[in-house]
Amino acid sequence: MIIETSGLRKSFRSRAGRESKTVEAVRGVDLSVAEGEIFGFLGPNGAGKTTTLRMLATLLEPDGGSAVIAGADLRKDPGEVRRRIGYVAQGGSTWDESTGREELVLHARMYGIGKADAQRRAAEALDTFELAEYADRRCKTYSGGQRRRVDIALGIIHSPKVVFLDEPTTGLDPQSRAHMWGEVRKLREMGMTVFLTTHYLDEADALCDRLAIMDHGQIVAEGTPADLKQEVLGDVVSVNAREVAKAADLFDNAEYVRKVETTEQSLRLYVEDGASAIPHVLRTLDAEGVSIEGIELHRPSLDDVFLAKTGRSLRES
Amino acid sequence: MKFLRDTWLVFQRQMQLLLRNPVWVAVGIIQPLFYLLLFAPLMKQALSAGGPMTDEQAYRIFVPGMLVMVALFSAFSGFGIIAELRAGVIERNRVTPVSRVALLLGRSLRDVVQLLFQAVLVTLLAVPFGLRVAVGDALLAYLLIGLMTLLLSSTGYALGLTLRSEDAMAPMLNTVIQPIMLLAGIFLPLTFAPQWLKNVANINPFKWATDAVRALFAGNPGDDAVWQALAILTPLTVLALFISSRTFAKSVR
Repeated sequence: MIIETSGLRKSFRSRAGRESKTVEAVRGVDLSVAEGEIFGFLGPNGAGKTTTLRMLATLLEPDGGSAVIAGADLRKDPGEVRRRIGYVAQGGSTWDESTGREELVLHARMYGIGKADAQRRAAEALDTFELAEYADRRCKTYSGGQRRRVDIALGIIHSPKVVFLDEPTTGLDPQSRAHMWGEVRKLREMGMTVFLTTHYLDEADALCDRLAIMDHGQIVAEGTPADLKQEVLGDVVSVNAREVAKAADLFDNAEYVRKVETTEQSLRLYVEDGASAIPHVLRTLDAEGVSIEGIELHRPSLDDVFLAKTGRSLRES
Repeated sequence: MKFLRDTWLVFQRQMQLLLRNPVWVAVGIIQPLFYLLLFAPLMKQALSAGGPMTDEQAYRIFVPGMLVMVALFSAFSGFGIIAELRAGVIERNRVTPVSRVALLLGRSLRDVVQLLFQAVLVTLLAVPFGLRVAVGDALLAYLLIGLMTLLLSSTGYALGLTLRSEDAMAPMLNTVIQPIMLLAGIFLPLTFAPQWLKNVANINPFKWATDAVRALFAGNPGDDAVWQALAILTPLTVLALFISSRTFAKSVR
């Protein structure tokens, strides 16, 4: 395992007016990430993803727990961890008045890399991320996608074993986003382990080899996207109806329904085989005179996993 | 020496950015010119109340005050660091193994170079107005000015990194810098002040610095004020560098 954490904790004191209260941002995170995989942290904003990432990247000191990253102990030897990892922050990291090339060379040199080597690495990274054309323009002239690619290039300029990406595609247009997925996969091909956070379901599903779902500072589920969806068991029949609560009662004792969940406008029935369940569902609703506005059958998505684990939809939170 | 190499790296980058946008040179010339042209004649008249005074004497009192004033303004360095913080540059630096002291010192040394350039400029601009000063004395005065800049710019960085907002920084600096400036006798020497005001001024380290720079410009490098100022400013500067480099190392969120 290239990353192993145990009981990682962090709380912040926040002040609202005169009252100060403690917010437990991360409460005991245990996880292990295998070498060479793209590992994703999925969860709503405020779930503690960024805080965990910043702890692993040595930017925040944990209150408790331990972690070993690429063989270096986070608590005992953060300096060695820094040498072995790369970190790409959410909000960008380039200075308007510098050029992409200058930023890359300087950043490489901050890792102790010699001047000539730093220049060679910068040129290579600029090629890899299709930035050569803009290399000597100031960063303020870059588009959002170009700037993001410089950020990623900065994060890997010293060939780290592990690279942490905090919300790599937030704020990008759909095209740049698709492009960025390609870049992230490229990092894996280069032999790096990628640890990213995201609140996009499709991104977690398409990009990550393995996922941890985080909510309220804790990991609520962990596994490959396929495994996680398997855990939810079977298909989901969702029914849009006005009287959701009344409709839900009808299925409490139905044998073919494993679990019933309700949201504001819809009823979700977890069933083994959706196709054979639908006629039963319709008949039951019809018999009780519940009028429906729509019925849908779908394979469970990561949102269903999230819903099953937390009782909320990720889209709503 | 990793620390020296890192400091040089940060300093180089900061100098490069400084030279790329040379507006500050113009500002650095125009501001002191205003004081030399619009305020110095007034001050000469005011000081003449104590006895007739030549232009040379007047500028020997006035120019040191102005040099200390420009040095005090280096506390505004904190605004720059807030911008860097916001751009994510500081965090990007902190995730590398680069020396934290170097992150501070490289920036502060840039401020010192910038300020010494300005100080030389101010001195030269005052020459046509009648200022005369020995090179050795001037160099010693610049050393004091350099120390002050190091002290104030590093304090400014610590403040910026702690407050993290220009809106909090501006009133804070104004409240602190104003009394320091008034109590340093920058514009009028405190010899005219009532005794209680002199007593208060004595706890202001920059009053000692102003006295020392004035003594040097008057051609008295052996004056007690000179070693006193050095003895006061040196430990303060070391302390400021220590505290400020800790804010660079500390987790900032």
